[in-house]
Amino acid sequence: MSELKVKPLKPRGPSAAPASAGVVTERGPDEIDQAELRAEHQERQQHLHASIEGLERETLLNMLSQMVLIRRFEEKAAEAYTLGKIGGFCHLYIGQEAVAVGSIAALRPDDYVMTSYRDHGHALARGTSPDEVMAELFGKAGGCSAGKGGSMHLFDRDNHFLGGHAIVGGQIPLATGVAFAAKYKGTDQVSCVYFGEAAVNQGVFHESLNMAQLWKLPCIYICENNQYGMGTALKRAMSLSDVSQKACAYGMASEFVDGMDVLAVYEATRRAAARARKESQPSLIEVRTYRFMGHSMSDPGNYRTRAEIEKYQERDPVKVFIESLKQKQIVDDATIKEIEDRVRAQVEHAIKFADSSPEPAPEELHTHIYANPIK
Amino acid sequence: MAVITIREALNQALREELERDENVFLMGEEVGAYQGAYKVSKGLLEEFGEKRVIDSPITELGFAGLGVGAAMVGLRPVIEFMTFNFSILATDQIINSAAKMLYMSGGQFKIPIVFRGPNGSAYQVSSQHSQALESWYAHFPGIKVVMPSTPADAKGLLKSAIRDDDPVIFLEQERMYGLKGEVPDDGDFTIPLGVAEVKREGTDATIVARSLTVPLALKAAEELEKQGVSVEVIDPRTIRPLDIETIIKSVQKTNRVVIAEESHPFCGVGAELSAQIMERAFDYLDAPVKRISGADAPMPYAKNLEKLALPDIERIIAAVREVAYL
Ligand SMILES: Cc1ncc(C[n+]2csc(CCOP(=O)(O)OP(=O)(O)O)c2C)c(N)n1
Ligand SMILES: [Mg+2]
Repeated sequence: MSELKVKPLKPRGPSAAPASAGVVTERGPDEIDQAELRAEHQERQQHLHASIEGLERETLLNMLSQMVLIRRFEEKAAEAYTLGKIGGFCHLYIGQEAVAVGSIAALRPDDYVMTSYRDHGHALARGTSPDEVMAELFGKAGGCSAGKGGSMHLFDRDNHFLGGHAIVGGQIPLATGVAFAAKYKGTDQVSCVYFGEAAVNQGVFHESLNMAQLWKLPCIYICENNQYGMGTALKRAMSLSDVSQKACAYGMASEFVDGMDVLAVYEATRRAAARARKESQPSLIEVRTYRFMGHSMSDPGNYRTRAEIEKYQERDPVKVFIESLKQKQIVDDATIKEIEDRVRAQVEHAIKFADSSPEPAPEELHTHIYANPIK
Repeated sequence: MAVITIREALNQALREELERDENVFLMGEEVGAYQGAYKVSKGLLEEFGEKRVIDSPITELGFAGLGVGAAMVGLRPVIEFMTFNFSILATDQIINSAAKMLYMSGGQFKIPIVFRGPNGSAYQVSSQHSQALESWYAHFPGIKVVMPSTPADAKGLLKSAIRDDDPVIFLEQERMYGLKGEVPDDGDFTIPLGVAEVKREGTDATIVARSLTVPLALKAAEELEKQGVSVEVIDPRTIRPLDIETIIKSVQKTNRVVIAEESHPFCGVGAELSAQIMERAFDYLDAPVKRISGADAPMPYAKNLEKLALPDIERIIAAVREVAYL
């Protein structure tokens, strides 16, 4: 059995008094104590400062640029959605940028990344061009999935981005298989998979983690716990809401990480990646985060309060990272402006590219159904 | 040519493909130490070791998904379902992942995987262990569905399925594992997917049969011959893609069709065949297409009821006589 890692943060314990069977206890939508969060904020800021010292300026600036790119890209996508340029379901990543950026920065380019339908941030962090991601959202031939996948199904084989998957939990066994293949072929590649906390309630989460630990597969399971599955707060859906603890059921190493701190996510993923690469051991990382926007573009948002959202916005991952970098004199206002200007140009270019990219040709309806078509 | 059982033919196909391609592996419940619930994988663990022949936990959705993921990055998994009844737990990964991956990735990720195991009825195992699921899987573009009825077909088609770059549902039949037939000795013998075979030539009526009903149709044809009726028997062998041309050619010759299947009739493969024949060869038909299917009821346990639920030679003969207006 692998050694269970000490958690760097105190997780929220299991709810104190169990509700009597069949009775739904009335709770406010706000599950986290304000004072506790503030105290944690202070503590995390210290951590961020300390971590910055151990990293190259270039690495830090890359992470910041990616986070800003995702933020501005998603804002533009929201705008394009309201203009009717993007259809269907569109799940934004605003508020969660530190998770994809911090963790992917800890991986190698030849490692594999897979996620859910909330996939714009992961694709961008993995290096997929914003042009191709935006074109995919627009349903254009120049999109990274040729206009056939849309927002929920971004794929980029060259960057080892194995897709957005839209059945809650569906990507978890797939990524387990990718890890299986890496081990089978004897490469030291790692498979990293993201899923929401609501996916933990799917049976296939259990099936996958069981196999991964049983067969010692180099897989990193990152649960992006943004505390809601659509309109359902975590505690209304999960009997034991401490996700990281569930690793005990498999004897799997686990950590609980603050998802508003990009460097905490980076460090936890580095530890997990080393464990996967050197010892061929899987890990479960619970990253506590928060989405600032609705579940998708069509979310009425009436299940949580403005106050709750604002409280988390105080810990906006982009904002806190910039603050820390400034305090540590890694960046100044001029650098930030440079980054913002560059990102704005990138996103505007993406919109232009997506607008001008042609629609898929009608015959594309019937291509890519079979790799070896017969007749 | 050696005379072997379907079980042995499948075993040979697996052995040869494991031998031929390092990326092929076999995974499923009891495929290794136990040698396969139906002994199809007999000896393979010993020969290829635990890396290539993998006993899985009872976790159908999990190992189906694991297989699809492994296929995304270049392996060629053969996933055994102990029976296809249990594949129902894995349908999410088969239908939502395997069948769609190439398409929704705009052609970037092909899924070369085979899901195989026994499908359809066995002997008195009642409702949850007797289902024929070919119409489920054949419904979805992106999946190929194969149903062999002889040892040679079983071997040649399984080898092609493993070499194919698409997800293949390979449906065996428990009652047929012991069926014997000639199989070419050539280690590189394959049968292409998507090609029907005329199992017996005839001029008065066509029976389209698959899997369990092929031997029944052939016996019915023998019997009808004695009665002066010449029957052609066609086995599509691959349900999707369907070789409809071979069937239509036969219908144009005989002008009468019986479809024999063990699955339920409603929304079944027989219904699809019937519709396609009507669309393409209506003017050639001298009688309405007749289906002989399994009962539109769950499979019962009692021997007499089970017999009633399945197609048999007598019903097939009666159906041919009916479409021939005899
Ligand atoms: C199997 C399945 N059931 C339901 C849905 C509809 N659905 C899409 S996202 C979602 C909530 C998932 O929440 P979570 O896993 O926490 O991820 P988040 O959206 O918060 O990132 C639901 C119910 C689905 N896509 N798949
Ligand atoms: Mg969530």
